[in-house]
Amino acid sequence: MDIHYYLILSALLFVVGAAGVILKKNVISIFLCIELMLNLDQVHGQIFVFFVMVVAAAEAAVGLAITIALYRHRGTLNVDDADLMKW
Amino acid sequence: METWFFFILGGTALLAAINVVAQSRVFYSALSLILCLVALSGLYLLLEAPFIAAVQIIVYAGAIMVLFLLVIMLLDPFSAQLIRDKRKYLSYLGIILAAAVLIFLYRFLQTYEPTMAPKTSTPVMGGVGSPGNLGRVLFSEYLLPFEMTSVLILIAIIGAVVLARRRP
Repeated sequence: MDIHYYLILSALLFVVGAAGVILKKNVISIFLCIELMLNLDQVHGQIFVFFVMVVAAAEAAVGLAITIALYRHRGTLNVDDADLMKW
Repeated sequence: METWFFFILGGTALLAAINVVAQSRVFYSALSLILCLVALSGLYLLLEAPFIAAVQIIVYAGAIMVLFLLVIMLLDPFSAQLIRDKRKYLSYLGIILAAAVLIFLYRFLQTYEPTMAPKTSTPVMGGVGSPGNLGRVLFSEYLLPFEMTSVLILIAIIGAVVLARRRP
């Protein structure tokens, strides 16, 4: 089994996740797509898979805390409503 | 046989990933992502990395996705489901951008040679993916990154607690 098949598959899945980040309006959906993207660079190098997993876990915890804080302040999960820093 | 397993698992992962993006309800999206992660752990098994496959299921499909589902159910699921985008052109833009990235990545990956991958200098005993060998490499060659990730996790824990705290 050629390693290129795995690489092409991970590229495909990464692209699906990237498209999801652009398309979705819901904060949680965007987080799910980011998780999808983080998963897909892992096919090579087993030690690095560990580090990517750890960073993904930390990112998920902080991101979900931000989501909860955002929902508490704004009462919505739409990213377009969180535009306080947009000039 | 291995090729068949690859195409079955890879196809499942790809369809589940597309469903994550296409689904309008966040909850189903998360469940679909779990399916994608399980299929990927099957691919790790094909790549002779049984320990990574187990960690993938325990940490990703177990811990992280349970956290996601908990937050989805904690926040109002009905307001989350009703968010729709009025601007249709944005979705076409997203698909075009994704195709462009895919073409770029494909040309890059075609020239990739597995011999160029970084190699560890620690001698391999009992298979590259065996837990013992992985632990030996992790605690000798990658000790500094390992300790740094524990600091990173500590920072993330404190940050999550501070961010999600109810203001008095």
